[in-house]
Amino acid sequence: MKTTYREAIRAAIRDALQRDDRVFLMGEDVGAYGGCFAVSLGLFEEFGPERIRDTPLSESGFVGAGIGAALGGMRPIVEIMTVNFSLLALDQIVNNAATLLHMSGGQFNVPLVIRMTTGAGRQLGAQHSHSLEGWYAHIPGLRILAAATLEDARGMLWTALQDPDPVLIFEHGTLYNMPGELDDDAGPVDITAAAIRRPGTDVSLITYGGTLPAVLDAAGQLSAEGVDAEVLDLRVLRPLDEAAVLATVARTHRAVVVDEGWRSGSLSAEISARITEASFYDLDAPVGRVCSAEIPLPYAKSQELAALPSVERIVRAAREAVGRSG
Amino acid sequence: MTGKPAHPDEAQAGLARHLLHQMLRVRRLEEKCVELYSEAKIRGFLHVYIGEEAVAAGVLETLEAEDAVVATYREHGHALLRGVPAGAILAEMYGYVQGCCRGRGGSMHLFDAGTRFFGGNAIVAGGLPLAVGLALADKMAGRARVTVCFFGEGAVAEGEFHESLNLAALWQLPVLFCCENNLYAMGTALGRSESQTDIALKAAGYEVAAWAVDGMDALAVHEAARRAVDAVRSGGGPHFLELRTYRFRAHSMFDPERYREKTEVAHWQERDPINLLRQALETAGHLTEAQWAGLQSDADTEVAEAVAFAEAGTPEPPEDLARFVYSEVHSEAHSERGPE
Ligand SMILES: Cc1ncc(C[n+]2csc(CCOP(=O)(O)OP(=O)(O)O)c2C)c(N)n1
Repeated sequence: MKTTYREAIRAAIRDALQRDDRVFLMGEDVGAYGGCFAVSLGLFEEFGPERIRDTPLSESGFVGAGIGAALGGMRPIVEIMTVNFSLLALDQIVNNAATLLHMSGGQFNVPLVIRMTTGAGRQLGAQHSHSLEGWYAHIPGLRILAAATLEDARGMLWTALQDPDPVLIFEHGTLYNMPGELDDDAGPVDITAAAIRRPGTDVSLITYGGTLPAVLDAAGQLSAEGVDAEVLDLRVLRPLDEAAVLATVARTHRAVVVDEGWRSGSLSAEISARITEASFYDLDAPVGRVCSAEIPLPYAKSQELAALPSVERIVRAAREAVGRSG
Repeated sequence: MTGKPAHPDEAQAGLARHLLHQMLRVRRLEEKCVELYSEAKIRGFLHVYIGEEAVAAGVLETLEAEDAVVATYREHGHALLRGVPAGAILAEMYGYVQGCCRGRGGSMHLFDAGTRFFGGNAIVAGGLPLAVGLALADKMAGRARVTVCFFGEGAVAEGEFHESLNLAALWQLPVLFCCENNLYAMGTALGRSESQTDIALKAAGYEVAAWAVDGMDALAVHEAARRAVDAVRSGGGPHFLELRTYRFRAHSMFDPERYREKTEVAHWQERDPINLLRQALETAGHLTEAQWAGLQSDADTEVAEAVAFAEAGTPEPPEDLARFVYSEVHSEAHSERGPE
């Protein structure tokens, strides 16, 4: 069937609401408004205000309420409009959701799913464009997912709801309109492993989420130059599928990490470190990185584009890794 | 709430005409923004203030140059009436370096040090703690300044609202909170998000002097703000105005307005703050046809010049991308200040 990333997520939410009456969706403007990015459009009419629950502007309050409801036996899906606003709920996510199980000696698990939009590319300025998922990937106790394909948009939610612990799903804002084909019987997918989106032999391009399309473009361009790139989509940012990362490097001996987050103290730094720790002697070149400029993201289109990983920068980094720079 | 503004008397007529002009300037600028957005000259999120002009016009008129203003992402009108040139505002929305933030902020993040305009904050309620801090600094330095903080009624649900009111009252800070209650936070009606919908009452619960005002009546807003600002400036502690208003347009350019009836919008449009004040002035014989035409052509000219300024703008050079992540200590801006 023809669908979009947005519709695939909506289908996943609808499916979950139908399959399990403990599931409900809660967040700002998920109901009467139809969702700030129209993901939940129509669900309010279909399931009513109890299960498609509009909240006040109280990120800390309603994320905390989601944690409580999960402790109380529900299976809440909490939507935070964007990762930028999730900072107002950081205390609840980091100090409660992520810690309660361990702190309570294994007594209280938190089966909560939090979905949020991340990323730049829409000229929304510095308070609506940052990619902070790497921060969450720092936190033990959380599982962090990034959906980059229609299959994952459709399939990650249900599996996440079966997880006994808190799961955060990141949806990149530029992907919502992405069209494509999805199997009519597409359903739950694995949420533990990375996936190879394009096999190759010369260099590994390791990425996730919103930069996957650019990385695939870059791989296409490289192949025209005779460089056969393998593209690995991390899918799971925590716990990292380290085996998949090391396996692709073992095949190609060269790696470039592409991450829309900032380079300093980032997920890309973590991946690079793991490769050098475990596969140093497999490498034929230093690990390359393509990240966002270390600035609060600007509004102006030209400057925003200049700040973000581009196909051109990815191609250049890959060429450097295979020794064809210049 | 549905009353007509009192006819301005002779003494007030000058002020009333001035407020009418201020509202018109904002209206024309906002209408132009919407137009430019559909021409794709402006991108990102755009929130216009059409219908709410009496609030910014009435309140800002009562401030002094050294006072401070903190606003939200719906702030074009506040910036303009605070004194930021329309051209610098539009150039900002075009994403050009001639904009008031070099094109880095866009519509939601207008800042201007010269007029002590502290944004342009796009985190709902994010400006309130800032305003409290600005006021704290003034109090500690013994400056008789006022910080005015604008925010929507949606912010009332945020923790930062409550934390800020409490601190301002606890420390008796010179801040005026202006809640622009336009009844909707995006698509969420006030009654669907608050157990107690009387916002002034909530503020009073923090021991902040608070009252509700007809936000469609520019003279009433001005009078209330004048009293509040005087009280704040003379050491009376934080004050709070709930300005009851309505946004005539969609929340942003992405809002299909599924959550309210067209009849409701039409009902409020009957109390268009510009029409109300114009009619009151005309009825009292204080606004001639020629004066009204003059106000309009002034506003039109200002906007046309601003568009021309923005159209002639240029993008920030790419090599400047990383400037100002940290202060440029040796820059002129710093050395100009001299030893303190
Ligand atoms: C912390 C935070 N949460 C959510 C949003 C998304 N958002 C932007 S404007 C808005 C509505 C705010 O309504 P209100 O405060 O009444 O101001 P108005 O837009 O009516 O002027 C929302 C939910 C945001 N910008 N910041």
